[in-house]
Amino acid sequence: MTDETGPSLAPALEMRGITKRYPGVVANDGINLQVRPGEIHALLGENGAGKTTLMNVLYGLATPDEGEILLDGKVVTISGPSDAIARGINMVHQHFMLVPVLTVAENILLGDETMANRIFLDRREAHRRIIELGRRFGFEIDPEAKVGSLSVGWQQRVEILKALYRNARILVLDEPTAVLTPQETDEIFGVLRRLAAEGHSIVFISHKLYEVLEIADRITVIRRGRVVGERLPSATDEDDLAALMVGREVQLTVDRGESHPAGVVLEVAGLEVRDDRGQPAVRGVDLEVRAGEIFGIAGVAGNGQDELVEAIVGLRKPAAGSVRLAGKDVTGHSPRMMNEDAVAYVPADRHRFGLILSFPLADNLVLTSYYRSPYARGIVRDPRAIQRDAVTSIERYDIRTPSATVRASTLSGGNQQKAVVAREFDRDLKLLVLDQPTRGLDVGSIEFIHHQVIAKRDAGTAVLLVSAELDEVLEMSDRIGVMFEGRIVAVVDGRTADKNAVGLLMATGGEERPPVPAATA
Amino acid sequence: MSAPPSPAPAQARSRRSLGARAWAVLAVPALVVILSLLLGAVVILGSELIVTGRKFDPWLWFTAYAALVQGAYGSTDAVIQTLVYSTPLVFGGLAVAFGFKAGLFNIGAQGQFLVGALGAVIVGVALADAPAPIAIVAATIAGIVAGGIWGFVPGFLKAVSGAHEVVSTIMLNYVAVQLLAALVSGPLKVPKSPSPVTYDVGNAAFPIVIGATGHIGIILAIVAAGFVWWLLFRTTWGFEIRSVGANPDAARYAGMRPKLLIVATMTFSGALAGLAGTSVLLGVSHSMTSSFGTTVGFDSIAVALLARSNPLGVLPAAVLFGSMRAGAGLMQINAGIPVELVDVLQATILLFLVASPVLRRLLRLRNVEAGITTAAPSPGLGAGTAP
Repeated sequence: MTDETGPSLAPALEMRGITKRYPGVVANDGINLQVRPGEIHALLGENGAGKTTLMNVLYGLATPDEGEILLDGKVVTISGPSDAIARGINMVHQHFMLVPVLTVAENILLGDETMANRIFLDRREAHRRIIELGRRFGFEIDPEAKVGSLSVGWQQRVEILKALYRNARILVLDEPTAVLTPQETDEIFGVLRRLAAEGHSIVFISHKLYEVLEIADRITVIRRGRVVGERLPSATDEDDLAALMVGREVQLTVDRGESHPAGVVLEVAGLEVRDDRGQPAVRGVDLEVRAGEIFGIAGVAGNGQDELVEAIVGLRKPAAGSVRLAGKDVTGHSPRMMNEDAVAYVPADRHRFGLILSFPLADNLVLTSYYRSPYARGIVRDPRAIQRDAVTSIERYDIRTPSATVRASTLSGGNQQKAVVAREFDRDLKLLVLDQPTRGLDVGSIEFIHHQVIAKRDAGTAVLLVSAELDEVLEMSDRIGVMFEGRIVAVVDGRTADKNAVGLLMATGGEERPPVPAATA
Repeated sequence: MSAPPSPAPAQARSRRSLGARAWAVLAVPALVVILSLLLGAVVILGSELIVTGRKFDPWLWFTAYAALVQGAYGSTDAVIQTLVYSTPLVFGGLAVAFGFKAGLFNIGAQGQFLVGALGAVIVGVALADAPAPIAIVAATIAGIVAGGIWGFVPGFLKAVSGAHEVVSTIMLNYVAVQLLAALVSGPLKVPKSPSPVTYDVGNAAFPIVIGATGHIGIILAIVAAGFVWWLLFRTTWGFEIRSVGANPDAARYAGMRPKLLIVATMTFSGALAGLAGTSVLLGVSHSMTSSFGTTVGFDSIAVALLARSNPLGVLPAAVLFGSMRAGAGLMQINAGIPVELVDVLQATILLFLVASPVLRRLLRLRNVEAGITTAAPSPGLGAGTAP
């Protein structure tokens, strides 16, 4: 079914029967992948499906146990990243590999210096080429700008420029839109289309279905290390792709039902919080979350959301303002006090805050309640009670693990997050604070966690949901506050909010443009 | 990996047999000791080549090791003496291991050891004529408290100002040495004695319970190992301490108080090291000279590392080091190898432990635990909630 598609050229890149085994796991099992010149080829799969391993094989970071790689029809052996780059294969990582204090030009030249002579860089020539390359692909960039001062979207363009500067023919982008606003995503898609039109081949790794449908010429879906299907965007839809990816039918949009907001549970007034460097991160936030409603906070990562949440749950002392919980002033209360006041918190970084990876799963399931009955009598812990409740939680929250005694580090990201959710959700709550609860998770786990959150809301819990994933905020929230540079610049109705309008507010704070039409208090 | 097709490492781990798990825990320490003995043999042979005037004996290393074993285990008295040598190493090893569990590197065990002994001798001498039970208990508590204070200071400094415990404990080691010298040659000195020495602790001395030299500290050490294990793995305090060691951010998130725990851990660690000094003073020397103080405090670091910070692992590790100390004398007599060879062996054990990631790779030991764990909890002997 794929032979009739696209121009009938020899593939620019072909991976044949790639198999890569790790102890106990077959990460890639006979994977075939063909990318033609000028094609945007999406590689779709859940976390842990083997996408990253496959790309590591291509980039020379992992040696395949079986299979071969062909460039323009010729079998090659790629010995490492520098060899890959020399052969025209470049990778733009999810976390950018840029030096913030250097300029755009310096970053691009790093590792492949254009020399005027043996000692000095030829800056003028480098600048000329960078500007020219940018123009060719539809954007103008100042080679003298410091990378640290650029927005994330522009930093990504610098990464792409860096690849083009090295004459990349095959460009691999790993989850390129994870950190972008919708507008930035549209712009980067424009750049990618131009690249493809010029004959570059692009491998686009993602687990976002609608994106893949929009940008890709062809889609290869992998699951559990195997290619489970190849599709043309014109001949498939999101449900089909999701089913392929997960291996079963998946409910993609949350059926959030009716919400019945009651009294105000969380009341934040004039809150100001400083970040780790002592700089103001939250600059006067007022918000209210009522029982039985989900209040979403949309915003580009780094606009003070983490600091706001940490101040509410007691991990960070506010510089000014107050936090009230069901009428009681809880400003500056410790995390333990908040926890005892029936406040649960799912932190953004589950590896740093949510779990102790080297501890057994059972210990992680009681991380915030270990000192209470029945898990301890006085100071003596009760391993049997801990074990018993762990087994119950594992079953109820569908945590896939061989036992409760394995270390948390051995679980997949989705199951680790389910463990955090199991621990935090499994009691009566007044307030549930969620910071990026589904970041980096696969479709199946996201579906599960969203259902749990809705269930909590229906049980009368006030939910504060922070996410950099605008779709998640839009799907889940009853009301949405848009956060920009430490302030909530608008509050909109979650059911009528327009994605582009919210995206614009996220990007600009709404200062130069008219406010969002649906804005209500 | 979400639900991989074949058993994931996680599943493989839990299904492994007891033997395989024991191998995973013991492989590196056992290997390290064997390699050190081999290297020690090379050193012996090498020294034969350098030191001329003796006939070259290719089996000298065997004679030496045989004498070492005989010296440590050749008779009932020898075995008891080995246990006496091992006792302070158990306390010291527990002190360092306990700190490791909280992510703290207590290099100050030596200073806490000396100050602990100093506390025991001051109270012991004062109560030398008091009824034995009172004198012993009071002198022991004094040693524990003195060591605890010496541990509290760096813990407090770390919690308040972030001063790294490695630096402050090393500093306090020097202070302890000078303090001991000043007190023993000054206020504590027996008047008109030609050398700086204190009075005997008299009734405060530990009673002998086994053979001629086996004092009650041996039993106390075994009890202490069990107690520390229980504290770490069966109490909420231990859970908090291990949490802070493994992930301070998560501990704070979970409502624990990392700063308070750092102070408490350093104090308790210092108290254990103080008990090590107390056991030597009240159990063996009974008085203090200005040259009091062996390398027990430093050897304890090696013991804790070899034990992989597991309190129960400290027992065999301490006995191994104690055996070498106890057997060294006979080795020197029978084989003419200086007792300092034991220092060489201990040093190479430490080096091989530090290099254990390299060892694991070279020998392709895949399912084996790392040689050095500081903060991470040890599985097997002490998995937190394993029934």
